[in-house]
Amino acid sequence: MTEEKMLKVEKIRRGTVIDHIPVGRAFKVLKILKISTDPGVTVSIAIHVKSKKMGLKDVVKIEDRILDSSELNKIALIAEGGTITIVEDYSVIKKFVVKLPDIITGILKCSNARCVSNTESVIKPSFTLLSKNPLSIKCHYCEREMETDEIMDSIL
Amino acid sequence: MWLNRDIVSIGDLSVEEIMEVLDRANKMLPYASTGHPRKPLADKIVATLFYEPSTRTRLSFESAAMRLGARVLSLGSLEESSVAKGETLSDTIRIINSYSDAIVLRHPSEGAARLASEYADVPVINAGDGAGQHPTQTLLDMFTIWKELGQINGKSIGFVGDLKYGRTVHSLSKALSLFDVSLYFISPEELKIPKHIKRDIEKRIPVKETKNLDEIIESLDVLYVTRIQKERFPDIEEYKKVAGVYVIRPSLLSRGRKNLIVMHPLPRVDEIPAEIDNLPQAKYFKQASNGIPVRMAILDMILGSE
Repeated sequence: MTEEKMLKVEKIRRGTVIDHIPVGRAFKVLKILKISTDPGVTVSIAIHVKSKKMGLKDVVKIEDRILDSSELNKIALIAEGGTITIVEDYSVIKKFVVKLPDIITGILKCSNARCVSNTESVIKPSFTLLSKNPLSIKCHYCEREMETDEIMDSIL
Repeated sequence: MWLNRDIVSIGDLSVEEIMEVLDRANKMLPYASTGHPRKPLADKIVATLFYEPSTRTRLSFESAAMRLGARVLSLGSLEESSVAKGETLSDTIRIINSYSDAIVLRHPSEGAARLASEYADVPVINAGDGAGQHPTQTLLDMFTIWKELGQINGKSIGFVGDLKYGRTVHSLSKALSLFDVSLYFISPEELKIPKHIKRDIEKRIPVKETKNLDEIIESLDVLYVTRIQKERFPDIEEYKKVAGVYVIRPSLLSRGRKNLIVMHPLPRVDEIPAEIDNLPQAKYFKQASNGIPVRMAILDMILGSE
């Protein structure tokens, strides 16, 4: 039995499965979802899983938690093209690929400390997607261009 | 469409729009020192909101507005204003909005003018937001090149000095890259043009980076000099070594092309000695004075006299 097949049989009763995470980013997914410190949530992590599509990938299963759209957008930032499966009563009720929107609002702050979006409380930081691969975005206010590492550190 | 338009970032303007501004600035030139005889903005009020001191930029905007007949409302000293009481920029803008027909804003936070433009119904002109954008500076730089050399296309422009932190260099080089030009970046290793800016420019035009001004002076139509700031160097000796290399000497300029011009956003320190000032290549004072016709053109276009 391949590792991929083995993962498929470990079903969860209710929750979210995030598949096709770029290898090495499973822990970042947990970090941005802020569940690594929440003892009330059961999480299974598989890293370095063989994948036909990606070579190697990571997979995260979160029990009893259905992600909202803001959380999905955050995942798209670090795992564009990842597959989300929502499970209820052991059956898949929804399956889709996460995609980054062209305008990214409210999920990360600007990495430029002098940007007005970091000092004026009334505004929501907003970014334009410049490129998906490599990931690159531009702040709507200060026009700072941010790439993967800076983006990771700036997720709210 | 210029009426009520915000001027926040040079990146918001197309080549055609940049040329429209330069053309209008050229028409304003005769009135830049005497005032426009028609006083086209006689019924308008322009507010200048400067959250950090920049006397020259403020005076240049206020003079431009007055030359067109507009009246000017100026934010008094910050210590006495509501800013000192902790009012947010968005609140201040909403208030000033009802007092004036245009807001000229200078602010230490990058992106402040974009924010202001979202809260104001009247047009907002960015007069510098921290290390961010200063579009009228870029336009007056382009006007100077266009006016002095007859055109922008086909020209070779060399930037020398602090290319890492100098925002005028970043904005101007990006705007020039929309034209058919060659750009040279001449700087010490520590002060090279940021990679993301170079990458962006290289998508459109050829770029050459070098440490050696001597070897490329003969290829240039414009030498754009910037100040190397002491604060950028942890070691003063290191600063002296680097700064000394990029001092512009008459002997250097004599090797340049016949129509070579030397520009500088000012203030200068030692990088252009006074002995250069009277040479025909020196255009930096003219460049500064071009701020008036360029700002007159923008005010006239967005406040819609025609």
